[in-house]
Amino acid sequence: MLNGVVVLLGCQLAGEWVVVALGLPVPGPVMGMLLLVIGLLVMKRRVPDALRRVSDNLLSHLALLFVPAGVGLMSHFELLAREWLVLVVTLIASTAITMAVTGWVLSRLARRMIAEGEES
Amino acid sequence: MTAFWVYFAARPLFWIVLTIVVFMFSRWLNRKLGGLSLLHPVLISMAMLISLLVLTDTDYDTYFDGAQFIHFLLGPATVALGVPLYDYFDRIRRMWLPILVATLSGATVAVVSAAGIAWLLGGETRTILTLAPKSVTSPIAIGIVEKIGGYPSMAAGLVLMTGMLGCVMAPWIFRLLRIDNDIARGFTLGLSAHGIGTAYALGLSSMAGAFAGLAMAVTGLVTAFLVPLLVSLVGV
Repeated sequence: MLNGVVVLLGCQLAGEWVVVALGLPVPGPVMGMLLLVIGLLVMKRRVPDALRRVSDNLLSHLALLFVPAGVGLMSHFELLAREWLVLVVTLIASTAITMAVTGWVLSRLARRMIAEGEES
Repeated sequence: MTAFWVYFAARPLFWIVLTIVVFMFSRWLNRKLGGLSLLHPVLISMAMLISLLVLTDTDYDTYFDGAQFIHFLLGPATVALGVPLYDYFDRIRRMWLPILVATLSGATVAVVSAAGIAWLLGGETRTILTLAPKSVTSPIAIGIVEKIGGYPSMAAGLVLMTGMLGCVMAPWIFRLLRIDNDIARGFTLGLSAHGIGTAYALGLSSMAGAFAGLAMAVTGLVTAFLVPLLVSLVGV
């Protein structure tokens, strides 16, 4: 259990260092995720049980982790009151368009590869 | 009564426990109502917690003193997405070209459509700038909005709303466009609805979750470079 925690936090820390050292516009945890994948690829082995257990536990409660940031909307009542219509219409329309385009492009381009994968 | 309340509210632990209990209740309520994605557990939790804070005249900073310990776990959870990503690495490597094209087109459409629609509706410039990176995971979105001059603290909320709207609309859009495989579904959720979409995709299958995590990471990287570039082209 502790091994898994150390690996995750260690990758996050290394990610923060890399981002600061190279002046990248990316957050540390995203870089940490890439470092974890690179590390696993280099070692070419199965994901250690401790790491998998901690990761599965964290990811199964991912939605909860967004709540504290979401409550932050309460600090913006004024802006929301002024521009709510623009915000609501934009979010709905733009998200729908983005999903449609992305899903359509990927499933058309990768139709053959996806079919292969589902057979195997 | 009031003194009793202040005594407990001052302690960060109270807000941690409350956030978790409210979330558990929201999840239970959501299931009870048939798992409607319109009543996403995060949305119910936000509504309940905000009402409670407003009613008790507690400011967000006081709440966040406790809730930050939950918020902190987003870091290691983001790193943990590397595990499903590694599990499906062979599949991802074989599909690198479709993934690259889908990411570039999806990320561009997300930014241009958000800014374009808000502009057509007569939104203020700072609102438009805050909306531009709405499909990107919140830490990246906040960084981008800071850089181009929007409202960073507002960005987190808009990103979350986008994520929840994405989960609400996903089943309809997938049915309409006949997107019936977990690779494309997961990738679409991760690209347009970042972490919340990824949480939803993990519920579909671990492969959908892996592609959602991949899409979220790559979209974040691409958008972090794309938005400042577009803003300088438009010349705001």
